[in-house]
Amino acid sequence: MLDSAEPYTTEDGRTIGPVVMEMKNITLRFGGVVAIQDISFDIREGEIRAIIGPNGAGKSSMLNVISGFYNPQDGEVWYKGEKRPSLKPYQVAQQGIARTFQNIALFEGMSVLDNVMTGRIRQMSAGLVAQAIWKGKAEREETENREAVERVIDFLEIQHIRKTPVSRLPYGLKKRVELARALAAEPSILLLDEPMAGMNVEEKEDMSRFILDVNDEFGTTIALIEHDMGVVMDLSDRVVVMDYGKKIGDGTPDEVRRNQDVIDAYLGVAHD
Amino acid sequence: MFYREAGDFKTSYAEDSQTFPIKFDRYRYYVVLLIAFAVVPFIINDYWVNAVFLPFLIYAIAAIGLNILTGYCGQVSLGTGGFMAVGAYACYKLMTSFPEVSILIHVILAGGITAAVGVVFGLPSLRIKGFYLAVATLAAQFFLVWIFNRVPWFYNYSASGQISAPERTVLGVSVTGAETAPWAAYMVCLVFLTLSAILARNLTRGMAGRKWMAIRDMDIAAEIIGVDPLKAKLSAFAVSSFFIGIAGALFFAVYLGAVEVGEAFGITKSFLVLFMVIIGGLGSIFGSFAGAAFLVLLPVLLKNLLVGGLGWPTDLAAHLEFVIVGALIIAFLVAEPHGLAQLWRVAKEKLRLWPFPH
Repeated sequence: MLDSAEPYTTEDGRTIGPVVMEMKNITLRFGGVVAIQDISFDIREGEIRAIIGPNGAGKSSMLNVISGFYNPQDGEVWYKGEKRPSLKPYQVAQQGIARTFQNIALFEGMSVLDNVMTGRIRQMSAGLVAQAIWKGKAEREETENREAVERVIDFLEIQHIRKTPVSRLPYGLKKRVELARALAAEPSILLLDEPMAGMNVEEKEDMSRFILDVNDEFGTTIALIEHDMGVVMDLSDRVVVMDYGKKIGDGTPDEVRRNQDVIDAYLGVAHD
Repeated sequence: MFYREAGDFKTSYAEDSQTFPIKFDRYRYYVVLLIAFAVVPFIINDYWVNAVFLPFLIYAIAAIGLNILTGYCGQVSLGTGGFMAVGAYACYKLMTSFPEVSILIHVILAGGITAAVGVVFGLPSLRIKGFYLAVATLAAQFFLVWIFNRVPWFYNYSASGQISAPERTVLGVSVTGAETAPWAAYMVCLVFLTLSAILARNLTRGMAGRKWMAIRDMDIAAEIIGVDPLKAKLSAFAVSSFFIGIAGALFFAVYLGAVEVGEAFGITKSFLVLFMVIIGGLGSIFGSFAGAAFLVLLPVLLKNLLVGGLGWPTDLAAHLEFVIVGALIIAFLVAEPHGLAQLWRVAKEKLRLWPFPH
């Protein structure tokens, strides 16, 4: 068993940091329905952590627990070595946890640039009066954060649609803009809820490349939910498998692939 | 031909995020300002000021205020009349209690007081949305008008229940009261409108505006990326009410001079400003101007046309005016639901390509 405070090196030479977030015995109920039952797992710094499972397994609920949208009835969330009290979603965001949504949740009435700029809320603190006068701190902040946003825009190759209203964009680009918005926050943990849902092969390849590049270049810790097994097994360092709200597997992609419970519940076997 | 952004290169982000990024727009804006400040005051007479310019300038401030709340932050409000009344009565109490202080400061303070009242009546918006919030702000409208009618302290125990503006001067020129010259009243309102528009524009192009629009477009996603909905909504109510309060104070002190609350700030005023915002364009400062101009000018235009041009009897023209304005509003909203500001945007996009649109 690995020490949670110690970094380690993977087989392909990547260095994975210590544990940054730990879920301890999380249980989440909606009335009589148990969405998540007594699940524990951890996320290490700099790794790509996947959560997989059949429909209704509780994956999105798990992501919602991490991002503070749901408060679990039982269990604890530990973040950066401290137990996290029950927070409002915007407070969790302020702590540096950003996410994208399964069904794109962009601000349709705003331009791409404004959408990505909203990701910088955590870094901007000028008061209302300063902003109204548009001098001093407010103006400086606006320019500095614009620079940071432009780096993200460059990185994700969406320069050409900067000033376009989001409502005019096609689906694939919207997904990318949403990733840009989350990335602009310079999060310590980036949560991606089905980043490849509804994409064709080419778009999936693009998105996979962006996810790997983000992880590689910025060292961002990523937790993602995805249904495409090929993608998950290729991208992730470690995988949590859920089924009916329970954890049935946890480990490297290879370990998970060989796990009999996982094969029965989710992967299945080839009939020959 | 001349409306181009080609060749107008931006070398800094500050330049790119300015209000008028296209050079031609910027020059046109300076020309409009120049005419408004340096030409109009010398040529206007009493009729033009009272029938057209003062209502336009004051309603434009109110429309900017409501546009911030409804257009940018997505919170529908039917309490504009009530908030204007707060501005008017706050200004009146300040004017009569501290006669030695400048009227300009009173108007700004009246805006501040209205902002505080707006925040209180904005509290329900944290729980309720859409039509239900509209009903809650309707309660504010009726409550505020009622309290200004019923508590004599607000109108200094005057026998008529009215409030009337005492004479006040700015730099030796009287701007309220019977002695006011048309150009002086015009200038005061113009200065307030110009400053309001600049402040509102700065707020809406910066982080505050982005937070408001995020709440408007998808409140759950806004919260997940770090917008505190409480602060965002209440700040929208505060800023919006601030401008509406200023509009109310000017409406009472500079435009009407004497006010009876139910008559001047009734529910019809709330609807009028809301129509301006909708017709002008939600989420656009220019739209607030356009909407105010449309609804102030149209009746004046129709009256001149029907009575002056066609020689119809005044009462018939007055009734027909309602019918025509109403029909035009409907026709207009069917043709362009996003308002005059959208028409303007489309026109500009066409103009950029003209005369070679391919």
